[in-house]
Amino acid sequence: MSSVTEPTLPLSAISARRFGDLHWTPARAVLIGAIALAFLPLFAGEYWLNAVLIPFLVMSLAGIGLNLLMGYTGLASLGTGAFMAVGTYATYNFLLRVPELPLPISLVFGGLIAAGAGVVFGLPSLRIKGFYLLATTLAAQFFLEWLFNQYGWFSNYSTSNSISAPRLAFLGRDLTGPLGRYYLTLATAALLTIVAINIVRSQTGRNWMAIRDMDTAAAVIGIPVAANKLLAFAVSSFYCGIAGALWAFAYLGTVDARSFNLDRSFQVMFVIIIGGMGSIAGNFVGAAFILLLPILIDHLAGSAFGNLIEAGQLENLQKVLFGGLIIYLLIKEPAGLTALFGTLRRKLGFLPRRADALAHSSDQ
Amino acid sequence: MGEPILRLRDISLSFKGIKALSNLSFDVDAGEICALIGPNGAGKSSLLNVICGVYRADDGEISFAGQALSGAKPLTVARRGISRTFQHNALFKHLSVIDNVMAGLTRQASSNILEHAFSLPRARAEERAFLKRVLSVLGLLGIAQYADAVVATLPYGVQKRVDFARALVSSPKLLLLDEPLAGMNHEEKREMTHFIRDVNERLGVTVVLIEHDIGVVLGLSHHVLVLDYGRKVGDGTPNQVRANPDVIAAYLGTVH
Amino acid sequence: MSFFLETLVGGLLAGVMYALVAIGFVLIYKASGVFNFAQGAMVLCAALTFVTLREQGLSFLTALAIALVVMVALAIVVERIVLRPLINRPPLTLFMATLGLSFVIEGLSQFLMGASVHELDLGIVDVPIRIGPILISQLDLAAAASAGVLVLALSLLFSRTRIGISLRAIADDPQAALSIGIRLPSLWRIVWGVAGVVSIVAGLLWGARQGVQFALTLVVLKALPVLIVGGFTSIGGAIAGGFIIGASESLAEIYLSPLLGGSVSNWFAYAVALVFLLIRPSGLFGEKAVERV
Repeated sequence: MSSVTEPTLPLSAISARRFGDLHWTPARAVLIGAIALAFLPLFAGEYWLNAVLIPFLVMSLAGIGLNLLMGYTGLASLGTGAFMAVGTYATYNFLLRVPELPLPISLVFGGLIAAGAGVVFGLPSLRIKGFYLLATTLAAQFFLEWLFNQYGWFSNYSTSNSISAPRLAFLGRDLTGPLGRYYLTLATAALLTIVAINIVRSQTGRNWMAIRDMDTAAAVIGIPVAANKLLAFAVSSFYCGIAGALWAFAYLGTVDARSFNLDRSFQVMFVIIIGGMGSIAGNFVGAAFILLLPILIDHLAGSAFGNLIEAGQLENLQKVLFGGLIIYLLIKEPAGLTALFGTLRRKLGFLPRRADALAHSSDQ
Repeated sequence: MGEPILRLRDISLSFKGIKALSNLSFDVDAGEICALIGPNGAGKSSLLNVICGVYRADDGEISFAGQALSGAKPLTVARRGISRTFQHNALFKHLSVIDNVMAGLTRQASSNILEHAFSLPRARAEERAFLKRVLSVLGLLGIAQYADAVVATLPYGVQKRVDFARALVSSPKLLLLDEPLAGMNHEEKREMTHFIRDVNERLGVTVVLIEHDIGVVLGLSHHVLVLDYGRKVGDGTPNQVRANPDVIAAYLGTVH
Repeated sequence: MSFFLETLVGGLLAGVMYALVAIGFVLIYKASGVFNFAQGAMVLCAALTFVTLREQGLSFLTALAIALVVMVALAIVVERIVLRPLINRPPLTLFMATLGLSFVIEGLSQFLMGASVHELDLGIVDVPIRIGPILISQLDLAAAASAGVLVLALSLLFSRTRIGISLRAIADDPQAALSIGIRLPSLWRIVWGVAGVVSIVAGLLWGARQGVQFALTLVVLKALPVLIVGGFTSIGGAIAGGFIIGASESLAEIYLSPLLGGSVSNWFAYAVALVFLLIRPSGLFGEKAVERV
């Protein structure tokens, strides 16, 4: 028996699949999606942009952030809200105090400050295992929330410590209108999504997944565990920071630290549980779910039960539904709705073979 | 066989008062296949763990290729050219074989996060170069046809070869194999033994393996080390060890 | 000096209140390795049930008895629907399931019994009494006494009864326990039932202290630092942890807050927990896990 066998697929073919189709298809999909969404304002009114699409894109971005940390690297975190707050307040202060900086730079700097906070609060992860990390990230959540509420400097001593964007402008164009904010969010989300896809398919992505799946063996294989854990916190917090800034300035307009409290952390965690941990696309599914379901329930309850159910009760029903859905998904399909969709599409024969290889050979 | 490439002196290790390894000393020569055998609980896995830095020995010294290795962290050990396979494979279940084996090359990667994030040319070139090496190792082990398959869908024997490929892809100087033949049928064992010998003879890799199948051990290895209760009870060629009364006693359990 | 003592004692007693909730966590963690995030929701549910029944005019004991039945029924349902399907999953998955569970229990409780604040009257006059140079809340004393009784009862349960011994076997080595015939599902039901009882005690005392309302579910967020300090697997640890967290939080609030210009009690407990995690991850009385590769 020969001990050296030729690979049955020539190197060029495999190379093409990895660097040609496989490498580009997800990014191409994102670009196409982004271009499609760019034309949406022609058909959709302001309500759709302001109340649905912008929060959807921002929540997806936050989901990507948390997913990179929790879904890909396996580091549990309930500090998402706090890191979003750091990005928000940092961006605010850059916009306010260094007005010469163009908007994208202020956003990036805000993200970098959030990344720094992520590294600091991520240090315990070098010694503490998965589940206990929740406690340290909760410490981050409570402490940072307190910090921004307590010291008026962060919010420029405004009343009730709330902040709004001093100005949103890029290349001379004012972006404070719904269209401006929409395109700002869309461009940022599209760019950061492509970057995220690149990262998870790269050496870094593999390192992170090794830390998640192989624990001690990862270091034995040659993966710098400590550096990569901190990197995961940094990148994740970067995304959350930018998402926070967009949430504050592109969506709500005005926020205070309470917009980024523990409930927000839970909300983003639900986005990734429902959408699928260890997936980039899943975050969009999860975000859509989290944002649209309450609206749907409201409408359904309204038409089915008239006005018998009051607002408070609807909220309780929502809670029951979300909780139940999470339990159901965890039992039946831990990889979230995205996996469910994938299985469905494959069964119905919709996926072309190339993309099928994608679904099989890479992260779910 | 060449000069000793791995030297252990007086290595001791205990857990919660139980001595896993006691004053262990031996040499492994460069280019040889050294089998580590002994009854269950003799400390063989612990020994591998001490060598690759997962456990820190309480006492003693290790040197590799002339440099001290005692107390080194697993990452350092990996970068020095020591690779290891695992009893339970430790593979990415949901990723492809290629992605799994690629992970073995991280220690030689030089691209950084920014290059990955923006898919810059240097990162892509590195990925391409790594891919070539991965495919060549897969070819060497006869599993090239599984390149894109998801590991969880593969038979156990193939998975063990993927683990082996991952350990091999970084061109290590020393390979630590933790029960590479466990759970295999006769045919699979033959093939795996063949690969181990092949890798040793053609690539010059020194191999230390833990194995229970004495027949394989006697046929494959140049050097046999026998452990019992964490102590060395046999150290020599297969024939020497086979005739050693202490070794026989260890296996048959006579009074020590 | 007496001010310091008063703060300290007040803190210790507050810690007992935390410990009461933490004990519920310890029970469930010991038996099934799950950090039950829904414990807070269970406390709310227990308190809400009791208070609603009382408002309907039922006597103290009747309401208590019915609340007990409800919590035990809840335990059975939870074991069947949530725990059993998730038996072999990693701890994070189980935690997320209990997260979902907490939402379900909260939502359902408030849907059925309303979300307004209810007053809970336990018949304890909330007038502080004087012991030596300091003032102590009678409610806190009652809580301490209840906690003492609870710990005693639970210790007896664990050491004397078959159930207790089985629980320790499971916690020690689930596979071995199963192989000698210990039936996991029934054991879990019992444990969750006992945890439900603990929830009632905690719920009544907390409810008396600050009214029965949604915020009760947030006690779970204070229980986590207690468990980290005291260990997840020891009831005595929960008490010790409660003391440490309660006392340090109180003292920090009085002495540290003015220095930093604001109330630190939001996060101080977690800072303490963080320090413990870095120095002694298994807590004061918890079991150390040995990692095998």
